[in-house]
Amino acid sequence: METNKSEIRLMKGNEALAEAAIRAGLDAYFGYPITPQSEVLEYLTLEIPKRRGIVLQAESEVASINMIYGAAGAGARVMTSSSSPGMSLMQEGISYIAAAELPCLLVNVVRGGPGLGTIQPSQGDYFQATKGGGHGDYRLIVLAPSSVQEMCDFVFDGFKLAEKYRNPTLILSDGALGQMMEKVEFPGDGSLPHQIPAWATTGKKGRERNFITSLHMEPERMEEINLHLQRKYKEIEENEVRYETFEIDDAEIVLVAFGLPARICQKTVELARAKGIKAGLVRPITLFPFPKKIISDLSKKIDRFLVVELNAGQMVEDVMLAANGNCPVHFKGRMGGMLIQPEEVLEEIEKIVEESLTLNAGQE
Amino acid sequence: MYTTDEIIIAGFGGQGVLSMGKILAYSAMIENKETSWMPSYGPEMRGGTANCITIISENKISSPIVSKFDSAIILNQPSMNKFEDHVKEHGFLFYEASTIINPPTREDIMVYKIAAIEEANKIGQKQISNMIMLGAFLEIKPLVKRETVLLALKKVLPERHHHLIAVNEQALLRGKELVEINYHVSV
Amino acid sequence: MPEEMLIDEMQCVYQKPGTLTDEYMHYCPGCGHAVAHKILMEVVEEMGLQEDIIGVAPVGCSVFAYNYMNIDMQEAAHGRASAVATGIKRVRPDKFVFSYQGDGDLAAIGTAETIHTINRGENILIVFINNGIYGMTGGQMAPTSLFGQKTSTSPYGRDVAHNGYPLKITELIAHLPGAYYVTRQAVHTPNTVRKFKKALNNAFEYQKLNKGTCFIEVVSNCPSGWKMTPKETLTYIEEKMLPEYPLGDIKVPTQNKN
Repeated sequence: METNKSEIRLMKGNEALAEAAIRAGLDAYFGYPITPQSEVLEYLTLEIPKRRGIVLQAESEVASINMIYGAAGAGARVMTSSSSPGMSLMQEGISYIAAAELPCLLVNVVRGGPGLGTIQPSQGDYFQATKGGGHGDYRLIVLAPSSVQEMCDFVFDGFKLAEKYRNPTLILSDGALGQMMEKVEFPGDGSLPHQIPAWATTGKKGRERNFITSLHMEPERMEEINLHLQRKYKEIEENEVRYETFEIDDAEIVLVAFGLPARICQKTVELARAKGIKAGLVRPITLFPFPKKIISDLSKKIDRFLVVELNAGQMVEDVMLAANGNCPVHFKGRMGGMLIQPEEVLEEIEKIVEESLTLNAGQE
Repeated sequence: MYTTDEIIIAGFGGQGVLSMGKILAYSAMIENKETSWMPSYGPEMRGGTANCITIISENKISSPIVSKFDSAIILNQPSMNKFEDHVKEHGFLFYEASTIINPPTREDIMVYKIAAIEEANKIGQKQISNMIMLGAFLEIKPLVKRETVLLALKKVLPERHHHLIAVNEQALLRGKELVEINYHVSV
Repeated sequence: MPEEMLIDEMQCVYQKPGTLTDEYMHYCPGCGHAVAHKILMEVVEEMGLQEDIIGVAPVGCSVFAYNYMNIDMQEAAHGRASAVATGIKRVRPDKFVFSYQGDGDLAAIGTAETIHTINRGENILIVFINNGIYGMTGGQMAPTSLFGQKTSTSPYGRDVAHNGYPLKITELIAHLPGAYYVTRQAVHTPNTVRKFKKALNNAFEYQKLNKGTCFIEVVSNCPSGWKMTPKETLTYIEEKMLPEYPLGDIKVPTQNKN
């Protein structure tokens, strides 16, 4: 198939992500089937043999992530994907990868939990994604797409960031984004060149040996490693924050939502504005680094935030930290695979506004 | 004309619910419109009820998930019970005549009863009832051109099924005629 | 070759292979790991593989193997060495790849990876050091610990009714079609060392020909974990270990259909 030029297609989020990975020069994919992201492995097992790269169905997510470790350590551009329970299984390996500073792209098409949960969309893995996930002090760079187009674009961004910082990047998607179809414009092949890095284990021809490890027995050395990692995370926080805003200039109540719910909330803002409520929206695109500054700035001039998530309230904690008590932070969530409707968020806004009016009247 | 049309299509798995939505979305893409297709997925896919939301718009689509619809295409009774109340005021509801015992009762929407399954059986191709329904729908709501739908079919169907495109065209036309005959619409 | 030769080259009868670093090994006196490392690296040197080989170290006593082997290496999570080796080999198929794993790593926590890696017939060598005990963590029971063997977690001796049987993983994996060459060796006598070396040679030759997985078990010792002098462990290997884990080839290429 000719893919050396850009092309518009109608595709599922999972398939768009897989196609984007091939066009981004994916060397190898290792994964294990799990709903609702099996289309990624299915698509790659169909396409890669006709095009370029390696795709292998592993015996488990545990094996997948360790194959990723090996292949990334050998200097390949690699990706794996899974959904919540599978991501939990990968956490040990991800910790090793972060500690050994191996670039790779991880994708979590989140489903409702905890436990085996459901196969419907959720954002219940925000904490796991943004606060480390496995053992030890490490962070992933976390990108949260909200459209099929971004399922494609963030593959490219994800590889770039991973390789720039020698750090795993995670695309935090959800079941609905994975399954829905939208128009998506793909860049042509070869737009993201890749060279085998000097540190990779490829055989020590013409150089000193390379080795990849996360083990440093002396605590002094291990602390140095940690300090180095923390400096790197700080640099990422300084340089890589991404977010979008919608109608915030005169907003009194600002919704904060990531991923698909951000689009639902955009619709809510439209509905609220039509009713004369000055609503706005901040959509964090990077969840780590979290866009603290815009939240902090807004907290000094707006009446309140309403954080909307498909979980019991996880990102709301980061919004509260950034708002630092400057204004109230409300929360509306659905769990267990339930989606939220624009009208449902609007009702919540109206309820909050009404309560605050009653409260103010009482104070007068 | 419209700027955005939010459509729910619902029925049993196997009635072609998801593919009907997909074909609409493909057609919209071919006509350079914005579109999204959001399936219900999961156990429903394997025999229970299935539905999908297809949105066609001239503008960028904010939420691909909505709870009120401009149009509803309903192919079984449980879906009718679930979605009748979700059609917007002055919205459009199309339903399958043979599977729905209790017809919709709302008077603030336009209702079209289509005997798509019966007509499909007459043609001798049970699987094309969804295309008859789609033909009827597009006659009332010309969101995309019929020729575009045929182009979309070529894209969606694997090549080994391309010989079925003719019968699909026949089905689209039959749907159009059913509306013309029963609802005195002329174009 | 070091610049300053301590003895005249003409009189040199032995020297450490250049594929070993100058690091002092942390292994206990008498431990089989040191010998196994050295023989493995001798073969790598003699076959000229040093610049084209990538090794994977496990978790366990040989976790620091990468400090001693002067080749490119990766350190894997506990039990995952064969998955890591798979990842490396799949993206660098023209390189030689091996994993070096102990019994806890390979036959307990890593059983799934071991079996599936071999079942895929990955073109790698797995070196499996079986000393019937967890050395690194202080002498706990391993899947290969013998009947009645006392360890820090089987203080009354391994009881089959309670702990199950010594796991003969090598015989188990030999049944897999992906396994091309499966052999059980040892390094406690000059004779067994020579045979081990030959087995390593075979394995790398087969890897060159993309024949599938080669698997070499090395029945070894653990003076500290067994609470014996090094010399006593040699007797224990002969009298206790070898009857349970008899040496020799278990599957050789003539038994393969390909």
